[in-house]
This record gives sequence, structure tokens and C-alpha cells, in this order.
Amino acid sequence: MTDQQIAPALGALVDLGLPGIGGLDNVPTAEHPQSAKDFTSDQEVRWCPGCGDYAVLAAVRSFLPTLGIKRENTVFISGIGCSSRFPYYLNTYGMHSIHGRAPTIASGLAITRPDLSVWVVTGDGDALSIGGNHLIHALRRNVNLKILLFNNRIYGLTKGQYSPTSEQGKVTKSTPMGSIDHPFNPISVALGADATFVGRAIDSDRKNLTAVLGAAAAHRGTALVEILQDCPIFNDGSFDVLRKDDKENRLIPLTHGEPIRFGPAAEDGLGTHAVVADGLTLKVVEAASVDPSRILVHDADNHELAFALSRLSDQDLNHTVTGIFRDVNRSTYDDAARSQVAAAKEKGSADLQSLLNGRDTWTVAG
Amino acid sequence: MTTGDIDVGDIPHSSDVPAPQTRDRVVIRFAGDSGDGMQLTGDRFTSETATFGNDLSTLPNFPAEIRAPAGTLPGVSSFQLHFANYDIVTPGDRPDVLVAMNPAALKANIGDLPAGGILIVNTDEFTKRNLTKIGYDADPLEDGSLEPYQVHPVAMATLTRGALEETGLSKKDAERAKNMFALGLLSWMYHRPSEGTERFLREKFAKRPELAEANILAFRAGHAYGETTESFAVTYEVAPAKLQPGTYRQITGNTALAYGIVAAGRVTGLPVFLGSYPITPASDILHELSKHKAFNVTTFQAEDEIAGVGAALGASFGGSLGVTTTSGPGVALKSETIGLAVALELPLLIVDVQRGGPSTGLPTKTEQADLLQAMFGRNGEAPLPIIAPRSPGDCFDAAIEAARIAVTYRTPVILLSDGALANGSEPWKVPDASALGTVDPNFATEPNAPDGSDEFWPYLRDADTLARPWAVPGTPGLEHRIGGLEKADGRGSISYEPDNHDRMVRLRAEKIGGIRVPDAEVDDPSGGADVLVVGWGSTFGPIVAGARRVRGMGHKIATLHLRNLNPFPANLGELLRSYRTVLVPEMNLGQLVMLLRARYLVDAQSYTKVSGLPFKAEELQDVFLGYLDGSHPSSGERGPAPQGVDE
Repeated sequence: MTDQQIAPALGALVDLGLPGIGGLDNVPTAEHPQSAKDFTSDQEVRWCPGCGDYAVLAAVRSFLPTLGIKRENTVFISGIGCSSRFPYYLNTYGMHSIHGRAPTIASGLAITRPDLSVWVVTGDGDALSIGGNHLIHALRRNVNLKILLFNNRIYGLTKGQYSPTSEQGKVTKSTPMGSIDHPFNPISVALGADATFVGRAIDSDRKNLTAVLGAAAAHRGTALVEILQDCPIFNDGSFDVLRKDDKENRLIPLTHGEPIRFGPAAEDGLGTHAVVADGLTLKVVEAASVDPSRILVHDADNHELAFALSRLSDQDLNHTVTGIFRDVNRSTYDDAARSQVAAAKEKGSADLQSLLNGRDTWTVAG
Repeated sequence: MTTGDIDVGDIPHSSDVPAPQTRDRVVIRFAGDSGDGMQLTGDRFTSETATFGNDLSTLPNFPAEIRAPAGTLPGVSSFQLHFANYDIVTPGDRPDVLVAMNPAALKANIGDLPAGGILIVNTDEFTKRNLTKIGYDADPLEDGSLEPYQVHPVAMATLTRGALEETGLSKKDAERAKNMFALGLLSWMYHRPSEGTERFLREKFAKRPELAEANILAFRAGHAYGETTESFAVTYEVAPAKLQPGTYRQITGNTALAYGIVAAGRVTGLPVFLGSYPITPASDILHELSKHKAFNVTTFQAEDEIAGVGAALGASFGGSLGVTTTSGPGVALKSETIGLAVALELPLLIVDVQRGGPSTGLPTKTEQADLLQAMFGRNGEAPLPIIAPRSPGDCFDAAIEAARIAVTYRTPVILLSDGALANGSEPWKVPDASALGTVDPNFATEPNAPDGSDEFWPYLRDADTLARPWAVPGTPGLEHRIGGLEKADGRGSISYEPDNHDRMVRLRAEKIGGIRVPDAEVDDPSGGADVLVVGWGSTFGPIVAGARRVRGMGHKIATLHLRNLNPFPANLGELLRSYRTVLVPEMNLGQLVMLLRARYLVDAQSYTKVSGLPFKAEELQDVFLGYLDGSHPSSGERGPAPQGVDE
């Protein structure tokens, strides 16, 4: 049963606070056009040369003005890690909090302040290791906040230990004989937590990154955007195969409503490779080798398809899906929480004296 | 026996019934199995007593298990109620009346009943099997071991079943109402008004009217049993207490605390946001606040303790009054976030309803061993204000005071309640909601850079309070970033500069140390005492009661109660130094005394107990006597308190 089907049934009992649709609906719009400069703080950026964070920061600085919302109504909250320095470099409201807890702080803020656009900046260790619990609960709860998960598959700030997304066998400072931990697939984790918006982009692909960020901002509810990036110091070149000449044979960009084709253009102008169903899993085939009707058409409303697509990305990056895996409407926690408060205010009395008196009082005469 | 025609609302006194005996105070303990409804029974008797106008104090005592194995000692649940015709401060040391619903309840509680005490026993549960289960070789009802007491054997289950015969309820369902039979019997003995209980039962079972009627029938049957059987020749009257004029209600600590948080929202004009995670004995605050959304209160049951405080801090960043409620284990989990709040200098209220520790400890029992955790339980120099209420009703005022400090000084505040306050109740003089005062959150709206530029400096402090400006997102021109990294004094940007860190650590300490709190007051009615007893939190009641006892014996003793534990009142050191002996009783191994000794270099003495139960007045009386001139604990006067000057 979809949420849209459940809603009318539950509606009579509980106000689900169904989305007013837009992620920025209650956020005041800017009176004048803003530029990337307006969103740049006076702080000197202190990431290592070549860090992928620079590319993301540049993309976000130029993306934010396009939202057309007031700068002062934009808030970035981060945890701990290299990427979590992000808020310092944006001239918005911001908080650099503690390891793994940014989603909790952002949740409290988003629930109480519908007029804000709330963003969380986190990394693979921050979001998926120490903060894993908060991440999955934010996603299932569907609070209106946007989570940017910078995934470089390494602990950078603590100087090079393996992370929960590091591939097995990886030799790091804490795994001299190779990592024996099986990694998380962040997209699968998010979809498993029933996230309503899940996307992925590569730091250097500004066009796709901006497109996914834009869709995330417009989404009402929690959006998770995984951004693949390199740590040039401790995990240099980890995503090189997705940047080099052969990348088009590996990257599978998704477009809602379009056949899932990628690779060098075939005669019909679409990619040579295609994704088809093989039982309950997916596999990559040559487009020409199958009946076109077997080639899957991306549907961001289809949870099962999204999950199957997330499983195409393995530790070896042979196939890496990018774009928007899932984008569905579901009641948001913060809208529902506010509508309960509003309903209580409308219905109930807020007479403090009568609350304090309660039902059974007695009087002692003077 | 018919019961339906008894008018229990108007208790008849026919001429052949002896006149009731009067008592100044009575302590009743209801004890039974966890499933016997003893907490409900005690709660109803309390309500009847409150409505009647006695002063009262209660001590619920129940196991952590929801339903421990039936009939076992670990499954015993009890509720003690102390009521009097004068102002009392404790739930009483020992019961005058013990109601034991089964052999386990008898075994677990008989040791507290003084010789000559009234013992009412539900005989139906005294089967061989039940007796064997808890290690009674012989039936105590028959082996003479209960001879020191006034024993009233009553077949409560049988009598209840008989009274409900015509209701058509199953035997099992009918017997479940036996707690109301017990309540009816005690209500008769002590002339309690019963309309409230009948109304309560009708509302509680509104959807099952047949159960409401059955419980009311059982209640009336218990009442009628007392009236008609010759077993109970005497009833007792405890006249209403002469309390300060005003409107009163009965209230528990957790309810008062929840109301205090609602009121704090009103006083500060801020929306209240509670981020919380269920934990005994604090959950009732979450339950209560979740009912009051109409007062602009949002409650958020988070995925864990950390998320609860994180969300509260996020709400505070956005301009709400962020609150989190928990117990000791939860504070441990929240510590890092509380440290962040210290660094961010944002208002935040952390309520710790203390319970027995360490670790999971004694979830349903009381203790006050989190003081040093509250004081020091964070990394780095992370000072914050600490406030502890002294009685259930005081939880209301303490919550407002904690919020006032949090908002005025932009700081997290820890409020230390405890299990005894949380579940205990007392008559509460209902405050005038229009006279609670106001606290201006004084949000920043303009750039404040000292150089007159249009910059905003988030750590430029108020010269008087040292509080920093609170600029909430959405305020144009004041965009700023804060975080857990050390900040440059004033400007607030990241700073690793050595002198700046030293200055900031000292500034944060100075801000908390400079919070204005009322002077401490000594209670020494006769003057000239040279022993000062210092307490904090819920030991207020037993300390006052113990002091009244020794004063009643003609001794001089002074008491001082600390509500503000950080910072301490400015006059505290001077007061402590002016007594020959300073004694600090605590339900821990000496945490306040450690702070006092370290801070003031006084040779304060410690008396401690960590049994999960409050101090008894008699126990403290003996301890106090030991410190008074010419006496010693082993040679001091002992015995029951003089009437009318007691706890």
C-alpha cells in the first residue's frame, strides 16, 4: 500500500501533515537576486589542496542563490570530520556540532522552524558509523532536511583509518593487514530506512551534483545525497575509475522516466549498455542484445527498483549509479508535529491557571 | 451482605458506634503484588485525603519489573501515605497501618510495622502454596508471630467476589476489584470522602461501565464491611491541617515539573520543545507534556537519549526553549551534547530524575548520586548551573527558575530531581499563573561589532551577566557560525590561540560562577545552635523532620537547604564557618560534602545512605543527636517523636 493510499484511511484519525509538496514552501524568498559571493563567509578555507570538498563547496555556493530563498533562512549543520567544516565557509546560519549528531540537532531545528531551509553536512564516518542510528531515524521519520553525505571512504581528519564505506581488504593505518569490515552501501542503507529522497553525485560532476541538490531542495522531507569524493592525502584517486576515460562504461546516470542506458552512444543515440531485470536482481547487458522492452525505465517512485539499482554499485565501482534513485512524497514528521500543535491550540484551551488547578482543588480559608 | 444501598458519601454514626478517636497523624502502607493495583489504591486514598484537607506526603515503592512473578518478594509493590492535621514533610518512617494483600507483602513489610500497629491481611492469599513460595514454613496468621500487632484478617477476595456475585463478572475479574475493597475499608476507618473515588472509577472505566460499577460495588462493600463487622470497633479522625490560606491540589513531582516547563514557556514567551527518550522514573514528564500542545509545547520522542538532547539543542538554536528529560544513565549519554551546549552558550534545560546507580542500578528507587555527574560529567572545563527541588511541589518553581537562568545566561542548566520527588505527592498551593513573572529572551536583532561595522559578533558578552547574544536563524544580517571548536573571544570565529583559550575557559567559568542566586537561609528557631545540618534535594523533608524531633526533645539544631548547587549562594561559606559542626546527610557516598569541603575548607561531616529509599526521620534524629553536645548516637535519646512536632 502506498502512502497516498494509506493517507485517506488514516486521515480521519491522525493529521499526517501531508506535504504541501515543496521543500522550500514555508521559507521566505529573497527580495533581491543573490550571488555565490553572498553565500561566501570571510573564513579562509582550510581543506588540503586537491580535496574534493572544494568542488562541493563551489557547487553549493553557486547553487544556493538559485533557490531564491533568504540567506538568513538557510542553515547548515554539520558533525565532525573534514567535510563538517563546511558551515564555516558559508555566510548562512551554521553549526559545527559533534560527531554523528548533526541530524538530531537539525531535526529539532526543522521541527520548530518551518521557515528555514535546513541542511546537514556529514561524512561517511560521521553519518554511517558514529551517527548511523540518527541517520536512519531521520530518514524514516522524514523531517524536512537535506543531508549531504560526503563519502571519501576514509577517515581523513584523524589521519587515515578505514571508514564504514572502505572496501574490504583496504590497507590503512588501522588495518595494516587489510580491512576485514564489510562496508555499508549508503544508498542501500538509506533506501532500507525508507528514505523518501535518495540521490548520488560525484564531486567533480558539477552539472549532475547541482541537479540532484536542486531536486533535494525541492523535496519535502528528508533528502539524502551521497557525494563521492577523493581524499587526496589518505585515499587518493579512490574514485579515479569514475573520472577517467572509461568512466562512461561505469557510470549509470538515472533520469526518471527514461530507459536506463549508458556508455558510448549506440545508433539510437542512447548508451550502448542497458540495465535489465534478471529475476529479482538487475544486470548490465549490451542494449543491442536484448529486446528493448526488457530494458528498465527508471521510476523514482519505485522503491524496489531503487534498491535493486543501489546494489549495482559494488566495492569495485565497476558500475556506479548516479542521479536520483528515489523521490516520493510521504507525510513529513515536522509538518505532522506542527499540525498536531496547531490542532491542539485550535481545540484546547491554553489557560495556564486552569491547567495548574487541575480538577480537584480545595481551599484553605484565611 | 448487601452493599448497593449504602450511602458512602454521608457516613452514618449511629449511637451504638463508638465515637472516632482523633489522631494528629497517621501513616498507612498498602502492600501487595505488582498486579494488585496498590499504586492505584494508594493514589486514590491520597486524593481522598487531599480533598479532605489533610497535609500529606507519599512514597510509592514498586519493582522495576512490570509484572514480576506473582506472589514473590521481588514482585511486592507498596504505597505509603502520611497524612496529618499539621504540615508534614516526609512520607513517614513506619506505618501505623499495614495492609498486606498477600504473604509476600506481609513478609516484605512487617518489619517496618511497630508493635501495636494495625495489620489488615487479605487471608485468601494465605494458601500453603503461596506461603511455601516465599519461605514461610508456618502460616504467620496462625503461628503467633503476629501477636505484637492488632491483626485484622479479612477474606478480601471472597468478600469482593460475594459482593459482585450479581454482576455476572467472572470469578477472576471480580477478585481483581479486591484492592477497591481494601480502599473502601480504609476509607471507612479514616472517614475519607468517597465521591471522588467513585467519580474516578466511572471515568477510568468509561468504556467498560460494568467494570466501573463492579469496582464501585467492591469499594462500597469494603466500606460496609468496616461498618458492620465487629472486627473494627474503632475509627479514626485526622482533622484537616491548618495550611497557609489558598487553593490547594495534590501533585506529584513529575507532574509539577511538567507544569513548571509549560509555565516556563509562558514566562519566557518561548515555544517549548521537549526532546526525550523513555526512561524510568522520568517518562511521566514526557507523557504529561505531550498532553499540553495547546500551550505551544512540542514533544519529540527521539531514537535515543543523545538524539533527545540534540533535538532540544537544535530547537534552542532556533529560538525555542529546548528541554530534555531523563535519568542518570541518560545524562551519561547526553554528556557530549551538554558539553556542546556549554560551548555554544545556548539555553537548554536538562532534567535528571535521579535513580539508584551505577549503570542500570535501581530504576524505580531513589538516590541523589548524580550530583558530581551533573557538576563534572563532561570533558574539559564545562561548568553549568545546577538546581535541585526539595519537594514534589517545588519541582514547579525549580523548573521555572532553571529556565530563567538558562535563558538569561545562555547556558544549559541541569535540574536534579529524584525518584522520591518524581512519584511522591503532596498538597500543593496552586500558584497564581498571572504572578509568575517574565523573562525576556532578548534576542539579538542588530549587528553589535564594537567597531561600529555591520558585523555580528556572536561571543560579545553582556558586561553584567557575561551572557552572549542569542541571534536566531531568520534574523537578517546576523548570519553566523557556532560550534564545538574554541572560539575567539568576542568575534566567535575559530581560534586555537593559547591565550584566547585560557581566557574563554575562564570567561565561561566566570559567567556560571556569577549567576545570581538567592542567599542561603538557616533555620534555627531557638537561635544559638552550634550544629548545622546542610541538605539538598529530596532530603529536605527527612532533615526538617529529624530536626523537629530533636528540637522537640529540647535540643538546638540548625538546618540549611541548598537549592542552588552551582553556583552556591554567595553567603554559604560564611554560614558554614559560623557553626561548630556542619553535617551533610546525603543519599550518596558524600558528594555535596566533598564539594563543600573543597570549596570552603570546612570540616563538614557526612552521613550517607544509598538504600534506594529516603532517609527516615527517626534515623536522622539519632544521627543529629550524635552530633549535639553531650550526646552520642549510642547514648542519645531515642523513641517516637513527640506528637505535633513531627515530620
